[in-house]
Amino acid sequence: MNNFAYTQAASTKEAATATQSDKHAAFISGGTSLIDLMKSNIEQHSLLVDLNKLSLLGVENSATGLRIGALERMSDVGEHPLVVQNYPVISQSLLASASPQLRNMASMGGNLLQRTRCGYFRDVAFPCNKRVPGSGCPAQDGDNRTLAILGGSTSCIATHASDLCVALVALEAKLTLENAKGATRTVPLADFYKLPGKTPHIENQLQPGELITAITIPAAAHARKSHYLKVRDRASYAYALVSAAVGLDVQGGTIRSARVALGGVGTVPWRVPAVEKALVGKAATEDTFRAAAALAVRDAAPREHNKFKIELAQRTIVRALLEVAA
Amino acid sequence: MSSEPQFSDQPGGFVGKPLVRVEGREKVTGKAKYAAEFALPGLTYGVLATSPIAKGKIQSIDTTAAAKELGVIAVLTHQNLPKLAKTPDTPEGKKDTNAPMGFMPLTSDEIFYAAQPVALVVADTLEHATHAATLVKVTYAPQKPIADFHDPKAELFDPEKVQDGKQKGHTKRGEPQAAFASSPIQLTATYTHPVYNHNPMEPGSTTAHWEAADRLTVYESTQGVTRTQSTLSAMTGLPREQVRVITKYLGGGFGCKGSTWPHTVLTVQAAKAVGRPVKLMLTRPQMFTSMGHREDQSQVMKLGASADGKITSLIHTKQSTTSPWDNYAEPNSKIVDLLYASPSFESSYELARANVMTSTFMRAPGEAPGSFAIECSMDDLAARLGVDPIEIRLRNYADHDYGTGQQWSSKSLKQCYTRGAELFGWSKRNPKAGATRDGRYFVGMGMASASYPVHNSQGTARARLYADGHAVVQAGATDLGTGTYTVMTQVAADSLGLPIEKVRFELGDTQLPTAPNSGGSVAAGTVSSSIFLACQDVWQKLIKAAVIDKKSPLYRAKPEDVTVEKGRLFLKKDPKKGEAFGELMKRGEITDIEGMAQGKYGSGYEDAAAAKNADPTQKDQAGHHSMHSFGAHFCEVRVDMDLGTIRVSKWVSVIGAGRILNAQTARSQIIGGAIFGIGSALMEETVRDPHYSRYTNADLASYHVPVNADIPNMTVEFVEEHDPYINAMGVKGIGEIAMVGVAAAVANAVYHATGKRLRDLPLTPDKVLMAGLPS
Repeated sequence: MNNFAYTQAASTKEAATATQSDKHAAFISGGTSLIDLMKSNIEQHSLLVDLNKLSLLGVENSATGLRIGALERMSDVGEHPLVVQNYPVISQSLLASASPQLRNMASMGGNLLQRTRCGYFRDVAFPCNKRVPGSGCPAQDGDNRTLAILGGSTSCIATHASDLCVALVALEAKLTLENAKGATRTVPLADFYKLPGKTPHIENQLQPGELITAITIPAAAHARKSHYLKVRDRASYAYALVSAAVGLDVQGGTIRSARVALGGVGTVPWRVPAVEKALVGKAATEDTFRAAAALAVRDAAPREHNKFKIELAQRTIVRALLEVAA
Repeated sequence: MSSEPQFSDQPGGFVGKPLVRVEGREKVTGKAKYAAEFALPGLTYGVLATSPIAKGKIQSIDTTAAAKELGVIAVLTHQNLPKLAKTPDTPEGKKDTNAPMGFMPLTSDEIFYAAQPVALVVADTLEHATHAATLVKVTYAPQKPIADFHDPKAELFDPEKVQDGKQKGHTKRGEPQAAFASSPIQLTATYTHPVYNHNPMEPGSTTAHWEAADRLTVYESTQGVTRTQSTLSAMTGLPREQVRVITKYLGGGFGCKGSTWPHTVLTVQAAKAVGRPVKLMLTRPQMFTSMGHREDQSQVMKLGASADGKITSLIHTKQSTTSPWDNYAEPNSKIVDLLYASPSFESSYELARANVMTSTFMRAPGEAPGSFAIECSMDDLAARLGVDPIEIRLRNYADHDYGTGQQWSSKSLKQCYTRGAELFGWSKRNPKAGATRDGRYFVGMGMASASYPVHNSQGTARARLYADGHAVVQAGATDLGTGTYTVMTQVAADSLGLPIEKVRFELGDTQLPTAPNSGGSVAAGTVSSSIFLACQDVWQKLIKAAVIDKKSPLYRAKPEDVTVEKGRLFLKKDPKKGEAFGELMKRGEITDIEGMAQGKYGSGYEDAAAAKNADPTQKDQAGHHSMHSFGAHFCEVRVDMDLGTIRVSKWVSVIGAGRILNAQTARSQIIGGAIFGIGSALMEETVRDPHYSRYTNADLASYHVPVNADIPNMTVEFVEEHDPYINAMGVKGIGEIAMVGVAAAVANAVYHATGKRLRDLPLTPDKVLMAGLPS
């Protein structure tokens, strides 16, 4: 860890301005991920701008949807009655993340920016294109059991680690971003993340100084009947091997709308519109689910140790859909 | 049986009772000081810089930037670290230093394994040292490393002896190959597991203080202060008595703190270099590459049996990875030879050198993986014949030790099967595999036998009894966190007839009488026996004082006619004639009296002379009996038929291990060991990159150990067992047996649940899925 300066921002503008002028600056809220990255020398920041004094709070439900302030803690949102009732997939994805101690600290906005758990990224002794552009990707022919089968490139197959984001892309969440001039823009979360391609070190659309201030999720029948299923190596406190966020609106046995996204298999949170399309208009049966789930992995490009994810991803989708259809 | 006195239960005594930990309050209030918590005046902080590559040479080291950093006192490398008097890199050096690894970092420019230390930075704060360590600029000439015994470039060889020469590599009884070839049932299977790391809660830590140029005190996280003292004495060249090692509390060890690893020695040398005390605590990632590991290995188990399921032949071979210098392999074959009545047996080992550090003992070294192979094979045999797994074990029950021909000193395995089956509800098990379902889960029940030897060991203790009725009892033992403080206090209280609060037990200091390492399950039996005997020595001295004291009712009695109970000395034939020790001591102005004794454990207790002369690899068999604890584990699993996840839903362990000193700490010990085994069965795995020979998951986020949610309520029972042959207390020890057979019990339950036999640990969901679950 290098020496760094620290400041507390009194306004979003102040925070955005502070980081805009220093490209090695970073925002800090919960710090559960950032401090780890700094201690492991994966990230070096000259300045940390503490956001915790900002009032980017609130969990508000309206007829049009849910709005969550970016500084809300994961545990508060995960246990919020409005979220539990109207957006179970979001609550479940949050409560399946990390550990209670970490969820108490970690912010919603921070979770969206958490970085991969790829072992090569996490150890500075290894080459890693995401950490040091152009240095190589030993994961391709190395330990890739937990890595991505979708959205990868020859430069990078690092899995996106967040559970929350899987639920959010399934429900078409949007982010509100604010810059140093006080201008705001809204970006669908699905467009926010960038595939690694040849530039795996660029992970999202954030511009220098830009700050996530809120997350909005549109209200929908499929959001109320939604579920997050996470498959992992131990019962708690482990990253997903595969996860599925699903939502279904079933009327009279027929699927009216469906949302399906996968975690643990993609380099970004992986929504599968083809699966959704295959579900709509069909009877909500296991056979329907199985046929649709097969479409999720059509483009899978597994490496030596993660082939199992092709089968597991389909089974996870089916099981999650069975859960909401029950 | 030895001629030494034997401990017997005292009416209203403390031994065996579920006493809460005597040191519990100290621990939860933070008063208990661990090795890195001694705030010595002038203390400095050491941090290691380590090699990114696994093989090659250091071309240059530039320490300028690091040395210039705020607070940095020294940057030590192979170029300027004070030289050691002796290093372990020759066979003689290894023997003299009793070091676990035949190589000492920072003595040359060669790199043999990833994360090998290349520099040690000493600074005034941990933060300064940590930062400066990242500024040490090292350039390397890397070479292509060998990652493990599977590597195409790896060369397998026959080591002849394994576990650093402490165990035979070859064993043969009868004609196993011929017997196998002519057996109507022939089972051959390969069992594999990856590298496992011990990962105790407390990382390896050293605080080294040169109190004078020729006097060294080290606060160390070690399972044995004496062994650490001997290694440091040999390496520094100081006489043993000028090296003091202190370990008052230990946050677990599981074997990785059983010997003295390079970081300890480097800290000692750093303290010498800077002339101030230096404290070094390994980081969690460094814990994967600094204190050994259980080696990655593959076992081929061949089992021949008659048509009615009686074993005719057992042939065991093992291949594993070792370091560039040492022939370390866990001796898996011992338990394969021991558990059943096989008329023939053969074992052999093959090793391959790779760019890894030396592996080391890890809880039940040999017995844990060996039992996985034999106990799964027994389950296969039962399945092949359609016989209940307990029944197949009873058909092959060993009424004596077939390996040595000796009788057992005691064996309660049949009782463990019976009681375990009863507690578990084994009778409800559907004999058919893959036939029990609950919703979308396959449910399976499995069991396995367990055993662990009573190794030959010995140790000394001192007991000082004061006239006012309190006592201080001492032994240079270690409490790994398992309850040594508590059980030894119980033994001393009963042996001296004192209330528990009047006894203080001290341990963890080389200035105390020498005790063995807390390892190999020897500590409880050895230390408790030496304490009991030291207390007997106190009584003998007081009896001698009484019979020459004119004012004593025992004046002129023959010492052998006098006995002691609850602190009262009296005539065996006339119990009314006697007096309390306090009266005797006060009258004679004896403020305190000290007893000392050596307790023996294992074969040396039964036949000290034989053990003394025995070949070191045969010491455990030097007595007349084969000495082992036995047990049985029962496991229920639920396997998700869609997702392949396995969860243990019920657990029963029944153990026969001689006298149990404390019902509560013993239960905790068994639970901990079983969880350790469940972790190895289902999730633990250190992954080494095949090209870089460097671990890719050296942290506790990616190296999975069980969390509470993985573990059900567990049932533990002990079979009452009196063994007069093993030591004065009749204690066998339970640290290791707790995990022997555990992985097999889990895998057998998974087989019963799914009908699929998985032999490659850990049994993660991917392997379950790829095995193809029945629909």
